[in-house]
Parts: sequence; structure tokens; C-alpha cells
Amino acid sequence: MMPLKFRLAYRNLFHDRIRFIATIVGIIFSIVLVTVQMGLYVGFRRMVTTMIDHSPADLWIMPAGTKCFEDPSLLDGRQRFRALAVDGVAEAAPLVIGYAQWRLPGGTTTPVFIVGSELQGFGLRPWSLVKGRVDDLSIPGAVAIDQSYFERLGVNATGANAEIRDQKVEVTAVTKGIRSFTTTPYVFAGVDRARSYTGISPNKASYFLVRVSPGSDIGNVRRQLRESLPDVEILTAAEFRNRSRNFWLFGTGAGAALFAGALLGFIVGTVIVVQTLYSSTKDHLSEFATLRAIGSSGAYIYLVIIWQALLSAILGFCGAASISSIVVKMTADSALPVVITPAMMFALFLLTGVMCIASAIVAIVQVMRIDPTTVLAR
Amino acid sequence: MSESVIDAVDVVKFLGHGAGRVQALKGVNLSLRGGELVLLMGPSGSGKTTLLSILGCLMTPTSGVVRVRGRPIADLDPEALAMIRRNHIGFIFQSYHLFPTLTAEDNVRLALDVRGERSQREAARDVLGMVGLAHKTKAFPRELSGGEQQRVAIARAIVGKASAILADEPTGALDAQNGQAVMTLLAGIARDQSRGVLVVTHDPRILPFASRIVHIEDGRIVGEKTGSEAKKVSTS
Repeated sequence: MMPLKFRLAYRNLFHDRIRFIATIVGIIFSIVLVTVQMGLYVGFRRMVTTMIDHSPADLWIMPAGTKCFEDPSLLDGRQRFRALAVDGVAEAAPLVIGYAQWRLPGGTTTPVFIVGSELQGFGLRPWSLVKGRVDDLSIPGAVAIDQSYFERLGVNATGANAEIRDQKVEVTAVTKGIRSFTTTPYVFAGVDRARSYTGISPNKASYFLVRVSPGSDIGNVRRQLRESLPDVEILTAAEFRNRSRNFWLFGTGAGAALFAGALLGFIVGTVIVVQTLYSSTKDHLSEFATLRAIGSSGAYIYLVIIWQALLSAILGFCGAASISSIVVKMTADSALPVVITPAMMFALFLLTGVMCIASAIVAIVQVMRIDPTTVLAR
Repeated sequence: MSESVIDAVDVVKFLGHGAGRVQALKGVNLSLRGGELVLLMGPSGSGKTTLLSILGCLMTPTSGVVRVRGRPIADLDPEALAMIRRNHIGFIFQSYHLFPTLTAEDNVRLALDVRGERSQREAARDVLGMVGLAHKTKAFPRELSGGEQQRVAIARAIVGKASAILADEPTGALDAQNGQAVMTLLAGIARDQSRGVLVVTHDPRILPFASRIVHIEDGRIVGEKTGSEAKKVSTS
């Protein structure tokens, strides 16, 4: 049987249906807002490092001052050979990136982001292929694109043709889910073709992807590389990931905007719940005064109010979680998907609880001022 | 007559602050003993409600001594006063003050629940039967008449076996018939259960139920009659 104080709490809550619905909608609104903002933040964090995450490199050699993966500075081919001469370096594969114009057969153009890598052995090659193979990119002019950009690139299947920098290209492989947060489509090609599409000299590259020999210490190899290549930067994958994230999230203000949105959602939600719980408590103030007059302890009354707040939190969170999961599904294939992890869901549940408890405290402060003699005056 | 349940000795109470400060009680002495029903009567502003509040541990006196079952209440904090109320005092209010979202049974159970008592349901049904509402245990206050609501309030006041029942104008919102029924109940509770019942009232129709009638005016007790004296006065 439900304890009486809990029954009193939920009956107080459900007694005024309209106020109850307003409370729950308020909580749902604020939690969905926080969830979407945080989900966008997590999605953005993942998107900006997707190339680094899918690269097999232990170390990245890059021009000094590179801010992120998309930074189009260049390295000299001689630096690759100096890297290969370092003990413990098994591979130093060139990676070429850069912007180019994709010309459709009709003559219209659209910008694309070229990613060119060695197609055999060590390199950053397209993944999640749904049509064609990586080997198909060995054919002259062959490229791989993501199926989500078919319409933008005027392509409807493998075998479609277009032009990049006046060179004919043919789509021979198709990926699924490799989307760019910049909305500029990625186009994968062999490293030599990528150089010619982006106008980069044959002896240049954007990065050298280093694979450390088995048994060699990555830190030691990096120290030697730094000694051998003092004019470039050598970062581990984790360091490069963090640098890219920091640049896009905080260097551009995108992260701050997402955080501000989440914070705003939290504040608005808390205010709505505080206002509703406060006015609900105020409506029931004479009942709390009666409870006090018949000898209830303060703790008993606080439990009633806190239970009311927790019930609101649980119901509001369930509604918000349902709506958020729909948003996650709807944005899964978009340029910036909303990503919700189990840990984030748990954190949001705690946040909802904190929001409602904070509201309960405001209501409790009101109740603490009750004079039980007021019940005698009416 | 049983031993004293509540004693007030030379009780003084100031209310308000600054220019609005007034002396509501000016040295009141009063005892409530088990088994008696005392009517506290007086004009508006005479200090009845203030005295009831102090005797019921809803507030403490400015000076003087109040003892509940021998325990002084001066200097007790609000939580300690609440503990005395839940263990020794049952309240009945003019406007009933029932919880509209709870059934009659749950309203009565509340008095036991705040005491942390178990087996509340059976006890609540027993007292509701005692006040003639055995058939209304599942009814909500809005489904009950005024007289029935006041009887639920009486059940709530007595279910915890409080030694003192303090009633503030319990018949004030009732018609003559329901007022008589409520007072019959309260008199029976005082007589049969040896509880002290103090009733603040303006209603002269309930004088016959009193063991003792105390008159208060301008913060002072100005007269006291026994029930039989009062009956003589009311019949003459």
C-alpha cells in the first residue's frame, strides 16, 4: 500500500489537471531543449573528428600551426623521407586534403572536400562502403562519395560522371554516413588524383600518417621525429582530435553557442517548474498549515513536496526522453546529427531531478513560513 | 474528574510589533482536566483564539507558564511544539480543514501518519464508525455534508488518543441539528474517554453540553460557571 504522504503528494499534483499538464509540458520542453543542445554538441564533437577517428595513424605529421583536420597547409615530400629514416617509423603515408569544385554534366558546380590517400597499404580510405570497393578507386578518375550527397552532386548510382578541375571523374564506390559538418561533401580518391584535383604539387602533402613499428615506443618515436623535423608538428591521434575539437567547438564559438542553448533550456525549465510548484504549494498552503497544526513535523511536509517534485521529474523526463529519441532518429542522417549516449541520458535524468528538487526547495521555503495558527482564523 | 491535561498560569501574550503591538492576554489562569468539556466564551477580540493557540501549542506565551501533561512549553522550538501537538492535542476547526483530495478514511489516517503509526486503516475505520460515518469511509469531503465533514474532523482529532481536544467554533458553520449532534459527540468523548475538551464558541445553544463555562474579555478571564449553573441561567 502506498504511504499516505506519497498519496497526498500525487493527489495534490493531479488534483488540478491543467496546472499538472502545464508543469509536465514545461519540464518536457526544457529537458528536450537541453537534450537537443547537448546532443548537437556531442554530435558536433564526433563529426569534427570523424576523419581522425577513422585514420589508422599512430602519429600525425602536420604543418606547424595546423588548427584542425580541414586546415589546408602543406608539407614537403622530403619531410616524409626524413620521417621514414627515424627508427621505429614503419610507415609515413601522405594524405592530401583540399577544396575543389565538382562540375555536374549540366555545367553547374558545387564545392567538395577532397580526401586523397594511398589506396594500397597504410592510409585513410573510405569506410562504410555500400557500393563498390576501395580497390575500385585505383581506376584513373575514380572517386568515392557518400550516398547522402547524391542529389547535391547530381549522382544517382555508381558509374555516374562529373568533372573536378577539368578532369573527368567517375563514381566507383559509395559510402553511407560519411557526412561533413561543414555540409561540403567529402570526395575520396587516390593520393595522386587528389593532388591534381586540388592543385597540389606532386611532392606535397597535407599530412603524413605515421605507423610506429610494433614494439617501438610512440613517445620515443615522436621525440626522434621532432628532432629530425623541427619545423613541423607531430601529434598523436588523441592530441590531434582534441586540437580539432577545441578549434571547432571553442575557437569558432559553435560550442559556446550550443552550451548557451543548453544552459538557457535548463534555466527556463527550472523557472517553469519553480513557478508551477511554488503556485501549487501556495494553493495547498492551508492544507500544509493544517498538517502543521495537527502536529506534522517539518520533514513530513518536505517529503510531500519533494515527492511531488520527483513525480513531476520522472513523468517529465519520460516524456522528454521519448521526444528526444524521435529527434535522434530524425537527425541520424543529417549533416549534424543529435547524438545521445546512455551516460548523457543518465546525466539528463539527474539534471531533471536536480531541477525539480531546486523547485521543491523554493516551495519548502514558502511552507517554512507557515504560521499554523492561520487555521484557527478561518 | 481526572488529572489536569493542560494548565495555564498567569499567561501573558503580546502580538505584533512596534506601534501595532497589542497585549492579547493579560495574565490568564486556566486548567483543562480530563473528562470535562469547557466552553471558552467571549466577544470578538477578547483573546479566545490567542488563548486556544497557546493552550494548543500553536504559539508560546510571552510570559507565564503553560504545561501540557505536566511539561512546560515555554522556549520550545516549533518542531518540539509540533511533537507535543501530535502526541497530546487534537484540533477541530470551524471550517473543518479536511484535505479535499483524500477520502474521509485517509483524512483520519493523516493524524496517525504524522505520528508514524502503523495499522492506521483499522483505527481510522473504528473512529469513523464511532462518529457515525462507517458508511462514508471512501467519500471525499466534497461528497459529505457540513455536519459529516465536521464529524470526520472530530474523528481525525480523536484517533490519535490525544488527551486534549481543542475545538475552534466547531458548530459555527453548522445548522442547529448538526451542531447538536457534534456537541453530543464531543461531550461523549469527554465523558466516556476521560479527555479534556475545550470549545471556543459564540453559540449559546451549546451551553447545556458544558461541564464548565469560562468567560474571557479584553484578555482576562472575567467569570466562570459550572455547567449546572449555566443550565439554570439558560433555562431561566
